[in-house]
Amino acid sequence: MEFAFTEEQQMIRDTAESFLQDVSNSEAIRTAMATDAGFDAELWQRICQELYFQAITIPEELGGMGLGFVELVAVMEQMGRFLLCAPYFSTVCQASTAILVAGNDEQQAEYLGKVLEGSIGSLAYTSSVKTGVEAVEATFSEQDGEYTLNGNYKFVVDGHSAEFVIAAAKNAAGEIALFVLPTNTQGVDASWVPTMDQTRKQATLSFDNVKLSQAHLMKANAEKELADILDFATICLAAEQVGGTSQVLDITVEYTKERVQFNRPVASFQAVKHKAADMMTKAEAARSAVYYAACVAQDAYTGGELADELAEAASIVKANASESYFANAGDAIQLHGGVGFTWEYDVHLYFKRAKGSEHMLGNPSYHRERLASMLFA
Amino acid sequence: MKISFSAEDEKFRVEVATWLKDNLAGEFEELKFRGGPGDEHMFPEERKKWEQQLASGGWTCVGWPKEYGGRGLSIEQQVIFHEEYARSGAPGHVGHIGEGLTGPTLIAFGTDEQKKKYLPGIVAATELWCQGYSEPGAGSDLANVKTKARFDEEKGKWIINGQKVWTSLAHESDYIFVIARTDPDSEKHKGLGFFLMKMDQPGIEVRGIEQLTGTSEFNEVFFDDAECDADDIVGAPGDGWKVAMGLLGFERGVSTLGQQMQFQNELDQVIETAKENGASADPIIRQRIAKAHEGLKIMRYNSMRTLSDDAGDGALQKEALMYKLYWATWHRDLGELAMDVMGAESEVLEGGPYELSRLQSMYLFVRSDTIYGGTNQVQRNIIAERGLGMPREPKVTIKA
Repeated sequence: MEFAFTEEQQMIRDTAESFLQDVSNSEAIRTAMATDAGFDAELWQRICQELYFQAITIPEELGGMGLGFVELVAVMEQMGRFLLCAPYFSTVCQASTAILVAGNDEQQAEYLGKVLEGSIGSLAYTSSVKTGVEAVEATFSEQDGEYTLNGNYKFVVDGHSAEFVIAAAKNAAGEIALFVLPTNTQGVDASWVPTMDQTRKQATLSFDNVKLSQAHLMKANAEKELADILDFATICLAAEQVGGTSQVLDITVEYTKERVQFNRPVASFQAVKHKAADMMTKAEAARSAVYYAACVAQDAYTGGELADELAEAASIVKANASESYFANAGDAIQLHGGVGFTWEYDVHLYFKRAKGSEHMLGNPSYHRERLASMLFA
Repeated sequence: MKISFSAEDEKFRVEVATWLKDNLAGEFEELKFRGGPGDEHMFPEERKKWEQQLASGGWTCVGWPKEYGGRGLSIEQQVIFHEEYARSGAPGHVGHIGEGLTGPTLIAFGTDEQKKKYLPGIVAATELWCQGYSEPGAGSDLANVKTKARFDEEKGKWIINGQKVWTSLAHESDYIFVIARTDPDSEKHKGLGFFLMKMDQPGIEVRGIEQLTGTSEFNEVFFDDAECDADDIVGAPGDGWKVAMGLLGFERGVSTLGQQMQFQNELDQVIETAKENGASADPIIRQRIAKAHEGLKIMRYNSMRTLSDDAGDGALQKEALMYKLYWATWHRDLGELAMDVMGAESEVLEGGPYELSRLQSMYLFVRSDTIYGGTNQVQRNIIAERGLGMPREPKVTIKA
């Protein structure tokens, strides 16, 4: 047992930190979030070319770095901390993960090759506020080796920027299949949806008689694969939440040390300190949970015995990080006082990201009910 | 980053589990799941005997260096030992103060004579210790100790006068370690001494405190010209605070994993109850039980992080600083959850006049968890000041 980053993992984390601190500052975030795409294309290319972070989980034989979920989680934590506006979660945590889990050799070579070159991908699976495999509503039918897909996919992260998408659909028998296709396929319409959290963009993807050849089918009877993909992505998202949970605390502590009232820094009042202490407790607990989940994800991904723990670990960390991030972001506004309510200060950006992330891939009540079902099985 | 144990460690786990299974039988069977917090007053003699059984197998003081009679286990194997210990249902350690506090203090600060005199009795579980820190006027403000120690040249002994309070198991203990003021003109953490004292002497009187559980595991200890040999002060007069605070650094969280297994036993009982009485169908109860499960798992991950996260300077990292606040609050919530799962049955006692069931006793006892060992409020100050570097409150002095 060595439940700490290795030297190499620490280096990746530190690289992400110093790079993002520089490029994902308040001004950059605000410029990016005001655009429809929601990110700076030039910065995305730098992330892909200079840091090669999109390659972390892609195997070396395909040209990737051949690393795993612990490294991915380390990077996601920093991206959450600095509120990076980039299609990293959609492309790497969702699309690449899906292709790695369910794609065949040709699909992996083709689409992961695109990712390495800086292409953007995403995952489309739900048509309602439901999450998990049970949320799949879009349909497919098969005739003479050709598939026809229909449905409306909601909450597709960066869906309007993606060049390809992994889509889950079910047939008349209720069997789920996973497809991969370019978003310029005939019958696919992607439209940006304005969201309260402007730092992460979402789209609705409507599929109107989309015809796909056999080459686009990733996996039939893919319920288990989709469940795993969602759990892996959930753990990555939780890592991003942990970064935010911790950052809002740091910003708040810094502010309260500077802000003077009654001739004292407000940070010297116990009423303020105790709230900050609770924030730190939440942040560290969530961090411990996400590092553990990252280890489970890596073991599960490589076929280890912790695979049985994947769903549980994902639910524990997502329930916890969601609640903690939102609570800390809310407390951060409170402890900033009046300026916390302004557009000018960044706290509201975290507050909005926190709520957006909370309801993405299952909120605390969804995940706790999932845990309860395991406990009472 | 790795969370699994080596094959050798897993073999060790089997060894521990097997030994416990073979030995926690016969006369010791009745001790299963007894003697934990809230139940510490139960079966003291039998538990002491059980600990001597442990000692015969070399299973006391497993983390101490071998030269002092310990087993010299690695951190991983200590973790495994404590986990298996709690999993087996083996009773709460009646000698935990000696093993966890006195021993490590003497190993770090004691003279060779003190080590020779006291460590073997702790390892053999023949001598029990209690802790004399808190006083009526020194609770959260622990440095405000008023108990006095003066050296009597004629007798060649330290003479102790004063009162300690909240002393667990004082009535069962052979020895007590005491912080007392060696310099009568000193204030706060200056001028204190750290004394090792025999309990069985005319100058010491123990009175049980009746708790809201109706039972007494905490005591008041009165010192009226009690005597302490000249050789039984640890460190120099005036070093008492340093020695006492050194204790806090010894607790790196290994035994917390054992404590968590006890929590797991309690949570399992809550879950079983919910299954049996149908509370498991209540969506809100389901959410709360899932959240309790989540919290306990995270407690474990957090301790694993603490154990792996030694910066080398002995300073507690953030995840270690918040641990007391986290587990105490979690445990308090578990108590409430247990009663809410039991519903109206939670009112009904095991028997008269005030015989509590395990969960009822837990529910009441956990109200002390957020108070002893640093209240939640003190913990939050510590977290804010040491973990976040926030300034202390300006001092306000009350005019006499």
